[in-house]
Amino acid sequence: MPKRLPKTDVVIVGMGAVGGVAALPLTNAGLKVIGIEAGGWLSPRDFAPDELRNGARNWPQSVQKAATEAPTVRASSDATAVQGGHPMMNAVGGTTMHYWAQSWRLNPWDFKVVSATRERYGRDRLPADTTVEDWPFGYEELEPYYDKVEYAVGISGQAGNVQGRINRAGNIFEGERSREYPMRPLRSSPFTDLMGDAARRLDLNPFQGPAAIASELYDGRPPCQYHGFCNKGGCHVQAKSSTAFTTIPKAVDSGNLEVVTFARVTNVVTDNDGKVTGVDYIKGSETFFQPADVVLLASYTYENVRMLQLSKSRAFPSGLSNNAGQVGQHYLSHHQGSPVLALFPDDLHNWYGLPAQGVAVDDWADDNFDHADLDFIGGANLWVHTDRKPMAAAKMSTFGQARNWGSDWKKFIKQNADRSNTAYIQKTTLPYAGNYLDLDPTVKDPMGYPVTRITARYRDNEKRIAAFVADKMEQWYREAGASSVIKTGPGNAMGASTHAYGGTRMGNNSETNVVNRWGFSHEAPNLGILGASVMGSSGARNPTLTAQALSWRTAEYLANNWRSVVG
Amino acid sequence: MANNHDQPDNPSRRNLLKSAGIVGAAAVGSTATPTIIAQDSPSTSQATSPIAREALEALTAAEAETLEAICDALIPSDDNGPGAREARAVHYIDRSLASHNSAARHNYMVSLAAIDEYARQTRGESFSRLIRDHQDSILRGVQDNKVPGCEPSASAFFNMVRSHTIDGTFCDPYYGGNQDFVGWDMIAYPGIRLSASETDVAQGAALQPNHQSAYDNQTYTKMADNMGLGTNNSGGRDNA
Repeated sequence: MPKRLPKTDVVIVGMGAVGGVAALPLTNAGLKVIGIEAGGWLSPRDFAPDELRNGARNWPQSVQKAATEAPTVRASSDATAVQGGHPMMNAVGGTTMHYWAQSWRLNPWDFKVVSATRERYGRDRLPADTTVEDWPFGYEELEPYYDKVEYAVGISGQAGNVQGRINRAGNIFEGERSREYPMRPLRSSPFTDLMGDAARRLDLNPFQGPAAIASELYDGRPPCQYHGFCNKGGCHVQAKSSTAFTTIPKAVDSGNLEVVTFARVTNVVTDNDGKVTGVDYIKGSETFFQPADVVLLASYTYENVRMLQLSKSRAFPSGLSNNAGQVGQHYLSHHQGSPVLALFPDDLHNWYGLPAQGVAVDDWADDNFDHADLDFIGGANLWVHTDRKPMAAAKMSTFGQARNWGSDWKKFIKQNADRSNTAYIQKTTLPYAGNYLDLDPTVKDPMGYPVTRITARYRDNEKRIAAFVADKMEQWYREAGASSVIKTGPGNAMGASTHAYGGTRMGNNSETNVVNRWGFSHEAPNLGILGASVMGSSGARNPTLTAQALSWRTAEYLANNWRSVVG
Repeated sequence: MANNHDQPDNPSRRNLLKSAGIVGAAAVGSTATPTIIAQDSPSTSQATSPIAREALEALTAAEAETLEAICDALIPSDDNGPGAREARAVHYIDRSLASHNSAARHNYMVSLAAIDEYARQTRGESFSRLIRDHQDSILRGVQDNKVPGCEPSASAFFNMVRSHTIDGTFCDPYYGGNQDFVGWDMIAYPGIRLSASETDVAQGAALQPNHQSAYDNQTYTKMADNMGLGTNNSGGRDNA
């Protein structure tokens, strides 16, 4: 029997990007919160600028919980799934410790893909087998929470639309925001200037993207030092606005948050009335039961879904909150593949760059352009950035100019190591029937629990976007002076991704969605779910800020409606 | 001839020479393919330097000799400067096979033997003793999956060795490769800086290389001051 601990108000499973945000409004409201985290605390001392250790050797993730339960992957239900890797970090702060830190708001179109597409292009323009729905609310309802998170966490960026005032230095296509970013954008560089100028010559609208990285002294944290190792390496001065250095310490300081590290939740416990009563977790060799009035699942998409599927009970025989059979459905991972590569005739000065220091073009994203004569909906955010490190530089494409070893190769990289660039192109990705997450029938983690099985493949809409925007990207690179451009083709596999969405989708219809418009289960009313697993569409940009805004909104709703949620 | 690879030329003699401070290609005389066993970097090969204590941690002497020749062909020392040999990529790979990359140890054992066997069958000499053109020809065959006996396949092994050779040439020197920063100098990477100013970035390749390892910064070393061990900084170079 698990050791029964004293009851608390709220248990949050996972102290990462979203759990770490939710803790702050809850503890500010005086609620007692216990955050259970599979990883531990990391410090800036852990983030040595070491490309081999952090990148190639995947430190410290390679030995963490996520790595031991990496999903299996297959393209369709008639194939055998093979276990791959797991891209996420277990730590207080989660993957915000070392992510790229791009912190976008979704475009207003992303909230109403179905109705907006029908209205503009007619009923038959949605791909036949997509299960996409409009979100239960629009961008306007999430805007205040985007704003709260941008200021609480610390986002740098250039606004393009403040209360309807358009600033062409920012993203003219963005939804209206209530105020400016709390910090100016990260500084430009010779390369971002080169690309920005080229985009303007093409009559595009380039702008510097938003980042969860301090560009100036903010809330006691120093600004970015541009040393170039924060991707996979974390920030050595806490300029990266990880929840571990922002919202979580504040919640701890309130006296209302206790963080339990190196603890694995194995089961969300339910009573016979279908209410959750707490969680079982293992820490060391001991098993505990932590009772709570409310449980908020805040692990990553795969783990949120898996935890529900593993938590079977009398009230929920096929998994918690799964009596409608929707847990694991409407899964998608962002189409980020099909990169476009360019070679330039001169050095780009990118040795001290980072993925969040870059230039975006949104002219071909979302519904920012007319699709009437096209055979797809949605689009892509084009992003070029300055990240470069020596091992990766040496592994650059030779653009067909040399075999990839020997004296000719050496001569090539000696000349060109600082002259290549790879565009990062995030495309609208839709959920489809036949793309889903379930428990693998054979592969188990070391504790004996089945791992998640991903069954998913990209469809024509994603591939058509990829082909369309690759041409646009090539034009942009050519205008900037690229001497050679490689387009890598439209398809790629749908393996475990850092941009995984769905599986516990949010919506008003309890027959097709797991959580309601506030993020609480349709079936187990005191269970909330945080993270991109509640998102029903991807947009064309990184999910973290949206997931954090949703998390704050769910937490605030809980604090303001405690009686009705607890019941 | 067939047994040559089982008898790498007299390692004990070479070690004796090394003990006497007489090392390198000239000292061992006839061979055109000096091996890493006795090969020290220029900076530590002075007669006055203490002998570095160094084991082959994973590879056999014969495997190391074959791998040294492969790495040398992949990233040669040539008119464009030093290569994998000077970077000591094999030293890096050997250490990594005894630690992080231990899962690859078996494939190295099988595939290096297969490549050497193929060299002797087709060229009559162990791989490391062939002239560079013949080595390159065989390596193209490995890359194109035409050399039998490699695991998991010749091309997969080639890709792995290429990747590890690059790692060993361009990684932080702490890991035993990129000796004397020859890899970073090759591609004009100006070195690890904890802060890079706009002026630094504007200079590009004109920025003076600082030849710093991450672990020249005491905050990242194991014995950091917040562990109560003072601020002693031994210089950070830890190639042991």
